[in-house]
Amino acid sequence: MILMLWNAFILAIREIRRNILRSSLTSLGIVIGVTAVITMVTLGNGATKKVMDEIRSLGVNLLQIRPGQRPRHFGVRETAKPFKLKDAEAIEREIYGIEAVAPTVGSITQVIYGNQNWSTLVTGSTNGFLDVTDWKIEMGRRFTRGEIRSGQSVCILGHTVYKKLFDDEYPIGKRIRLRKISFKVVGVLKEKGQSSFGADRDDFILIPIRTFQRRISGNTDVTSIYVSVKEGYSIDKVIQDIKLLMRERRHIRAGKEDDFYILDMREISKILSGTTEVLTSFLGTIAAVSLLVGGIGIMNIMLVSVTERTKEIGIRMAIGALQRDVLLQFLVEAIVLSSFGGIIGIILAFIVSFSLCKIMLVPFVLDMKIVFLAFGFSVVVGIIFGYFPARKAANMNPIEALRHE
Amino acid sequence: MEKALLELNFVKKIYGKGRAAIEALKGVSLKVYKGEFVAIMGASGSGKSTCLNIIGCLDIVSSGSYIFDGIRVEKLNKRQMALLRRHYIGFVFQGYNLLERTSALENVELPLIYLGIPFNKRKKLVYSALEEVGLKGWEHHTPSELSGGQQQRVAIARAIVTKPMLLLADEPTGNLDSRRSHEIMQLLSKLNKTEGITVVMVTHEKDMAVYARRVILFKDGLIVGEEK
Repeated sequence: MILMLWNAFILAIREIRRNILRSSLTSLGIVIGVTAVITMVTLGNGATKKVMDEIRSLGVNLLQIRPGQRPRHFGVRETAKPFKLKDAEAIEREIYGIEAVAPTVGSITQVIYGNQNWSTLVTGSTNGFLDVTDWKIEMGRRFTRGEIRSGQSVCILGHTVYKKLFDDEYPIGKRIRLRKISFKVVGVLKEKGQSSFGADRDDFILIPIRTFQRRISGNTDVTSIYVSVKEGYSIDKVIQDIKLLMRERRHIRAGKEDDFYILDMREISKILSGTTEVLTSFLGTIAAVSLLVGGIGIMNIMLVSVTERTKEIGIRMAIGALQRDVLLQFLVEAIVLSSFGGIIGIILAFIVSFSLCKIMLVPFVLDMKIVFLAFGFSVVVGIIFGYFPARKAANMNPIEALRHE
Repeated sequence: MEKALLELNFVKKIYGKGRAAIEALKGVSLKVYKGEFVAIMGASGSGKSTCLNIIGCLDIVSSGSYIFDGIRVEKLNKRQMALLRRHYIGFVFQGYNLLERTSALENVELPLIYLGIPFNKRKKLVYSALEEVGLKGWEHHTPSELSGGQQQRVAIARAIVTKPMLLLADEPTGNLDSRRSHEIMQLLSKLNKTEGITVVMVTHEKDMAVYARRVILFKDGLIVGEEK
């Protein structure tokens, strides 16, 4: 039995070699199908990983509290009383299990240094902002307590702003101007790069929140409060506590809706990763259809080639091939072609998905499961779609086959 | 008297059914003994090729019996007939019927692969068969690189490489000029004498039939005469 399979294998290989063009055309469908499946899934996995990493870099234990209703629809939102610094202080003081709190405000402002100027987001917050969103200092230092409390004119630059204004000059201790107010640079942040949505996360300046309120916005409002929950504490419990505290502070009577909302990063990450996963399986399914089409392509070419090779089959039978030998040969040919196509497809998929990942700045996450699955599928396609033509070949009448021209 | 290698008794062969039926053989009885060289002659449509196909176990009889080396062939199934062909019978055709784009070596090797003979022994047998038909040094040429006479020699090598008891040739010289034809006939005659292979050949050329030791004449599906 093994000998017979081995012989069928030798004969099939010879036949494939004898007709390189026909063989490669037969395999082509499978090559494309396997490449498409693996590339799609790899890119999808890469995109999912990128989104997840970004959210993780923000911290899954991060909460954002904003005044007003949760944005459900486009259009005008009901205005609600803004938060004040005292609200953030109350959270820090009264809620159990909190790592850091960062009240923030921001606006787009022109900044000038020497003859360089640049328009960027100026964020007013505390050192807590660096903790909750995980920023590291590259040069200089954070704010001092005194700077924050008394609202001094000092600033920390995002990497992009530093590059734009200072090029390669040493920035610490230098003074830049924001709306005609002079600020001393005390620190520069480490680069984070682009987010997956294309925004430059390094393009901002951080100043103490009191300075912002006093010298830029001219009021004491706080746009949103970031809170990071300590490791090991229940995020749901913290959300619940903050809700109660805020309702109390904002004098919301029982039965009335909140006039603020809390964004939970876990929720956002779940939605985003869900979306990319659905996208991945959708693209994978489309690619799998092309694999099926490839299999039908194999069957078509094999069927045509059985007719074309009628005479050859007759000769083989006349010189001693059993029906079983002919059946096996054609079946092995189909399997070899489709698995060969599978291997080429895998190699091609490595190259294509690797370079696409590089171009699209997505991490290259190869799922070996899908590689084996695609290969296995192409072999199965070979068996299923090879069987019908092989049986047709084996059932030929040797005399008629020999007479065929 | 020696036992016959093959024996046809009142063999009829009918193609088609009902009114469209054609009786290709109308009751043929024939014995061929081991070591004989028999030529079957007749006009086209006389049933000689049908008779050869039946002898070669490629076709089945409609009625009558066919005994090959003591085996009742008409009682065998397709698979058993194929096994008979594989082990005991070699074929040579008018149109050579070699596999294209396949070297002489691989063409001759083919029946040995089906017999399941291991690689080393296979190579040895192929080289000696090709040498026997005078094609030493041409092993790696494909049919398109060989002349008609050489192609027919490859086909003969393929037929005898399994050392069959019976060699069947269906108009082996039909596509060749007279010089090459005589060379092929001399080769067949040599194989018959030195190797002791029984040869049954179909031809319609008298020049070729003279190489046989016995000539059987066919006409309209019947044997009408025999010459020695």
